Amino acid sequence: MTLSRFATKNAFRNRRRSFITAISIAFSLLLLTLLMSVYRGFYIDQGPPESALRLVTRHKVSLVFWLPSYYREKVRTIPGVVRVSPWNWFGGIYKDTKPENTFAQFGVDPSEIFDVIKEDRVPPDQLEAFKHDRAGAAVNRALAEKHGWKVGDKVIVKGTIYPINLEVTIRAIYDSDNAFDSMFFSTEYIDQALPRVKGRTGTLYTLVDSPEHVTSISKAIDEMFANSPQPTKTETEKGFTLSFVAQLGNVKLFILSICGAVVFAILLVSANTMAMTIRERTREVAVLKTLGFTRRTILSLYIGEAMTISVFGGLLGATGATLLMIIASKMPNGTFFTGFKVNTPTYLVALAVAALVGFVSAFFPSYSASQRNIVDGLRHIG
Amino acid sequence: MRILALASEGPLTSVVKASIDKRSGMARLKPVPSLNRIRENRSKMAIPITYNVRNLRLRLGATMMTALGIALTVAVAVFIMALLAGLKKAFVSSGDPLNVLVLRKGSQAELQSGVDRESYQTIKYLPGIAKDKAGEPLASGEVVVVIVIPRKDSSGETNVTVRGMSPTGFELRPAIKLAEGRWFNTGQREIVVSKSVSSRFRNAALGDELFFGKGKCKVVGVFDAGETAASSEIWADVNQMASDFERSAAFSSVLVHATDSIAAQSLKNRMNDDQRLRLDAFMEPDYYGEQTKSGKPIQFVGTIVAFVMAIGSCFAAMNTMYAAVAYRSREIATLRIVGFSRPSIITSFVIESVLLALLGAALGLILMLPFNGLTTGTANSLTFSETVFSVRITFAVLVTAIGFAVAMGLFGGIAPAWHASRGEILAALRD
Repeated sequence: MTLSRFATKNAFRNRRRSFITAISIAFSLLLLTLLMSVYRGFYIDQGPPESALRLVTRHKVSLVFWLPSYYREKVRTIPGVVRVSPWNWFGGIYKDTKPENTFAQFGVDPSEIFDVIKEDRVPPDQLEAFKHDRAGAAVNRALAEKHGWKVGDKVIVKGTIYPINLEVTIRAIYDSDNAFDSMFFSTEYIDQALPRVKGRTGTLYTLVDSPEHVTSISKAIDEMFANSPQPTKTETEKGFTLSFVAQLGNVKLFILSICGAVVFAILLVSANTMAMTIRERTREVAVLKTLGFTRRTILSLYIGEAMTISVFGGLLGATGATLLMIIASKMPNGTFFTGFKVNTPTYLVALAVAALVGFVSAFFPSYSASQRNIVDGLRHIG
Repeated sequence: MRILALASEGPLTSVVKASIDKRSGMARLKPVPSLNRIRENRSKMAIPITYNVRNLRLRLGATMMTALGIALTVAVAVFIMALLAGLKKAFVSSGDPLNVLVLRKGSQAELQSGVDRESYQTIKYLPGIAKDKAGEPLASGEVVVVIVIPRKDSSGETNVTVRGMSPTGFELRPAIKLAEGRWFNTGQREIVVSKSVSSRFRNAALGDELFFGKGKCKVVGVFDAGETAASSEIWADVNQMASDFERSAAFSSVLVHATDSIAAQSLKNRMNDDQRLRLDAFMEPDYYGEQTKSGKPIQFVGTIVAFVMAIGSCFAAMNTMYAAVAYRSREIATLRIVGFSRPSIITSFVIESVLLALLGAALGLILMLPFNGLTTGTANSLTFSETVFSVRITFAVLVTAIGFAVAMGLFGGIAPAWHASRGEILAALRD
């Protein structure tokens, strides 16, 4: 029997205890994996390569202030800028304020928007129809399916910021890998319904030609308007999204401290189990030593056992989290989760944490067990 | 040879004296009435709790490790509940029941709304509005915008509400007191900030200058709004703000103070029903109460986190209790022999598990106590700005946390306790 086999066999000697420990670790690691995925989604992932090429320009003071529409053409003159579309938050209510009826509506330029978000796919004939109907709208497929909308359907969205209602016909349904439910309509709709807001835009969405130019172009845009009555702030799409996360509070610290608490909790659980296991086997350790096994072997034997249990728990937890994320993203209200996936590195980190917990939890009790005098050990009554 | 043995007769075991008949060489079993009487009395007795306490103390290492695990779970749950309690407090205690807030029809919040100056004049002279000393109606047209300013702790920038108001605005909010400096002067680029804005954001201390609108604004005062929604705001002169932010055409909202509660209600109804005005009026407390739903994301994430951690802790407690049962199998058998019934053994072990969880709850609460009163902020989905609130470990939070821990102890303890009561007595004694 090889040592690793011995360790595995030992791990399942007290089946109930090992199982309970593994389950306990599994639940904690499930949580850890979920939190790590959210953290990664917020702070580490850069999104699709196209997203890194997009800039969002808003009023420097805050999003609630307008920019003049002519900024769009001025931005276009900056070398490296490929496409620019206005992007106006409408903030309307469809039916009621229930979460399942909440989606974003943006006033855009239909002739250019799908060149800016070029990874989203629209059938060419529908795109043409959307471009030619000033009271037309484009929605993503998930949203259309949720409400049973088909091309040609009329949808009414009540205005909250603007004193008008949006009465639009769905002209295009596009496919997007992005989880965000949104409806695009022509800014001209608002301009014509409310002449007093004409010439204003909320934000500008800009596509630049290469990743190297992102920083210089965003600087160039802000410098262009620095001394005007409406100074701007330009960020990457990711940075813009993160500014919303930052408003929720210190999310980073919140996630990290919960992760810390979870890891410490499983360390305690695992250490407790190992302490119990090794205490029970004091006599066995003495016998092994008498048979000539070295301290190092005994140490690795017990550490191997603990790691077997914790990695088993880790596998259960990380796999559970992966499945849970997939299920959650398929739920009707689960759009929040679509942006997060458990990817291979996260999965491996979770397993590594499990292995590390196993190692640390077994090290101290097994070290003291391996140091124990043989005669004392043999005399020990369990 | 004579031995004491246990014979099972139906549900009750009894102590019997076994002896070998010398003549026939057969075993003879004879009940021992005195011992059995004691056992019968015992079976109605519960095992004292001190027994459990002593056992927990005996296995201090395992007890502490499990309790700490439960403590961490309780701590996370307490923190989340305390956040929500604080947030709720900030909204529930906001608003005067006699104040009526007027917005444009269809607007959900002040930020989206616009009430033109003409409507303001109409609203101002509606019947039922209280008058100030000079005989002017207590009505304040206000301009509400949000600005983005960086937090001190470099955790990012966030939106803060700036409220432009006339001095009548102070009279409508008598609960809000000046803590430092003075109120702003009308027509000046001066602002007063709430205590928490002053302490949480850069360049917001008394005497500092914040840049927004069309230039710098000097912080001339700090006000104390207690734990209300206003404690997340910056106040400035309404006309100054209107021109700075080009909002001269309309106010964002109008706040009026009614003479009494009946007048308040009728003012509200009147404005809601007037088709020409196209306004939505709210009782001020209702308007803020609605915003408590800003806590939804915290509640959602928090519930999941606490629940999953609790399951993990349940299993940890179960493990410890199983070990306790295995370790004490002989002891349990002895208890059974001296007459304690199965239910009393189950109860005893469940109690031990709950005690373990309570110890965890106590540790968890101690761990979280330093966070009580800590000020933090979160995005308010309705005002599109940050709402500052304090973490509050209220009595309800305390009770819920203890209940939560007891539930963990119960779930973790029942299976091991059941096993403890089912063990083979004789086999356990021989071990």
